Amino acid sequence: MDRYLELINPMLTVRELRAEVTRVERSTADSVTLTLRPTRQWRGFQAGQYVELSVDIDGVRRSRCFSPCCSQHRADGRIELTVKAHPEGLVSQWLYANAAPGLVVGLSQAGGNFHLPTPRPERILLISGGSGITPVLSMLRTLVDEGYRGELVFLHYSFTEADVAHLAELRDLAATHGNVRLVLAYTRQTEGGDLHGLFEETHLADSAPWYAEAQTYLCGPPGLMATIRAHYAAKGIEDALHTEEFTLPVFTPADGDATGQVRFGDTVVENSGATLLEQAEAAGLTPEYGCRMGICFTCTKVKTSGCTRNVRTGDLNRDPDTEVQLCISAPVGDVAIDI
Amino acid sequence: MTVTLTEEQIDELGRELDAIRQRVVEDLGEDDRRYIYNVIKAQRAFEAGGRASLMLSALPPFWLLGTAALSLSKILDNMEIGHNVMHGQYDWMRDPALASKKFEWDTACPADQWRHSHNYMHHTYTNIVDKDRDIGYGILRMDPSQKWNPYYLGNPVWAFLLMTLFEYGVALHDLETENIISGKRKMSENRDLLRGIRRKVGRQVLKDYVLFPLLTGPQFVSTLTANATANLVRNLWAYSIIFCGHFPTGVATFTEEETENESRGQWYIRQMMGSANITGGNLFHIMSGNLSHQIEHHLFPDLPARRYREIAPDVRALCEKYGLPYNTGRFSKQIGSTWAKIFKLALPNRGGDTAPTPAVTVVPGLRDAA
Ligand SMILES: Cc1cc2nc3c(=O)[nH]c(=O)nc-3n(C[C@H](O)[C@H](O)[C@H](O)COP(=O)(O)OP(=O)(O)OC[C@H]3O[C@@H](n4cnc5c(N)ncnc54)[C@H](O)[C@@H]3O)c2cc1C
Repeated sequence: MDRYLELINPMLTVRELRAEVTRVERSTADSVTLTLRPTRQWRGFQAGQYVELSVDIDGVRRSRCFSPCCSQHRADGRIELTVKAHPEGLVSQWLYANAAPGLVVGLSQAGGNFHLPTPRPERILLISGGSGITPVLSMLRTLVDEGYRGELVFLHYSFTEADVAHLAELRDLAATHGNVRLVLAYTRQTEGGDLHGLFEETHLADSAPWYAEAQTYLCGPPGLMATIRAHYAAKGIEDALHTEEFTLPVFTPADGDATGQVRFGDTVVENSGATLLEQAEAAGLTPEYGCRMGICFTCTKVKTSGCTRNVRTGDLNRDPDTEVQLCISAPVGDVAIDI
Repeated sequence: MTVTLTEEQIDELGRELDAIRQRVVEDLGEDDRRYIYNVIKAQRAFEAGGRASLMLSALPPFWLLGTAALSLSKILDNMEIGHNVMHGQYDWMRDPALASKKFEWDTACPADQWRHSHNYMHHTYTNIVDKDRDIGYGILRMDPSQKWNPYYLGNPVWAFLLMTLFEYGVALHDLETENIISGKRKMSENRDLLRGIRRKVGRQVLKDYVLFPLLTGPQFVSTLTANATANLVRNLWAYSIIFCGHFPTGVATFTEEETENESRGQWYIRQMMGSANITGGNLFHIMSGNLSHQIEHHLFPDLPARRYREIAPDVRALCEKYGLPYNTGRFSKQIGSTWAKIFKLALPNRGGDTAPTPAVTVVPGLRDAA
């Protein structure tokens, strides 16, 4: 049905959730902020959750997760995403270069467990690093909209001041709300800001002395997350720490093919380097198949994570939740298949 | 005609064809996406326009216009869209609307059964007598090596019926009725298939012969005849294009023994020699779902069909290089020769049964000498 309505207007859909870009801003030199107007199927989100956005690049649909950074109570029902353009990143670079008002993108409903509990905790520490600012910024804006009265600290790590997206608004929120404290930590700038250098334990005590009795929400690069996690664990307060990871794909060189584990549903085997179909059969599974030479598409299954190599063309497929033909795909490192 | 090739030559041919495929795969992109979406748009417009103009189906000009538009819509849906999407030609786009596994089309045959009988059986075992059930669809005698019996005197009649009822012929294909009669297959194996067919046929009949006619109120009968005509036009067209793909004179068939332990190159050769092309203009190619390039389609069933035209000269050049036939001709010539074959094979082979000559003989062992 949606294919018929598309003739009239791509935003007129019956089942499919889509969104139209209504505004594009380049908040920092290497990021872009998009405002999206979702179609009426959109059920809203909770601050901290993410959506999957799909765009067609060179004819291929690419989906990536992004965490809305606006308040979940935004009156016009639109959502705002801030996308950091990764140096070699396919989708983020494409959006950075091509997103313009009127662009229609695919959208999923919001998902993820990274969100605030109701009722809201009395003290909240929000920590972010780099592009990880988005979900916690959404929490901050949501709490402010709710007239939150508890103590709230927003601790953000960035290379320099110029890299902080939404800086003016952050300063404004802190200035107009007595219970909100903004702490900016710069890792490559020694002047300005509140803290300098990589994360140290003293940063926590300096910015939120009560953090052990608070709930902490953290999103940032793997190094920052690991250090903070270790610190909370050492203090025995890991239950008060909630995290979100912007996992990026892992790359394994082609000559390291036969490493890692292959997961077929509940069955896990050591990667032998053979095709997925052969490995599944060696594990005693009986996936449906036909030609065994890549032409009939009978054995197509969804790869939920990991990287596979097409043994006919040598092409790598690193995207999660994409279909692969078992008979001509070999796993590269850890791979999970939905069988 | 018999062509003699060494194992090295066959391997080399396989590599050259792989290279052609790789070149296209690397070039796939936005143009291909735009193309298929334009075809889909055209098909949707024909369908909507056709159904709309049949709202006045009692008036002959509207009946004619509506029937024509609906016929075009069904042909596009089945051939350039359905057949090709279900081959996985657009799976690389990762667009759920064009995913081979989920696609359903406007015809009697359920998509999942089609994928089995066509994508797997027919495309893997192309033109292997007794394995490729597309040779005569289990009811016709299309190859002299099929044993003659008096039933085949009706060959032209059966072919005519298959042509007019093509969508149902295709729907019943996977049931292997001939194997049930001969006892090779049990009726119980067909239970699930039958349920799927009944559901799909039911839905199609309801749509074309009940719902849409009812929508036009007192014009029920004229809308019904319009829909039936559109289905018939599509059947005639699809049958003709498909029969031109494998049955014109000169197309080779193969035996099971010949094709055991086939190499990739040998598989490619079988695909080329077991298929035939039709020449024609742009529109003709699109309306045939680019199956007018059956040879290229059989070599690379998963490449977007609009690409076949562009690689055809290279494929043809390879055929010439290796002395292989490249069967192509005008539509009238190809369809004429399939009907001639249908009539000829209604009678027993002249001069009794002779063993078929292999299409390609392979000279083994030269590999070591080289
Ligand atoms: C829950 C969740 C929420 C997220 N929220 C946000 C958000 O709010 N904002 C945001 O900006 N991002 C967010 N992300 C990250 C986002 O989904 C993408 O992963 C990110 O934008 C990169 O995608 P890409 O297509 O640009 O990069 P990809 O093409 O997928 O590449 C990913 C990384 O690999 C590197 N790379 C690419 N090709 C190669 C190569 N050949 N060799 C070596 N390295 C290579 C790139 O430099 C890049 O850093 C989130 C992720 C998750 C899981």
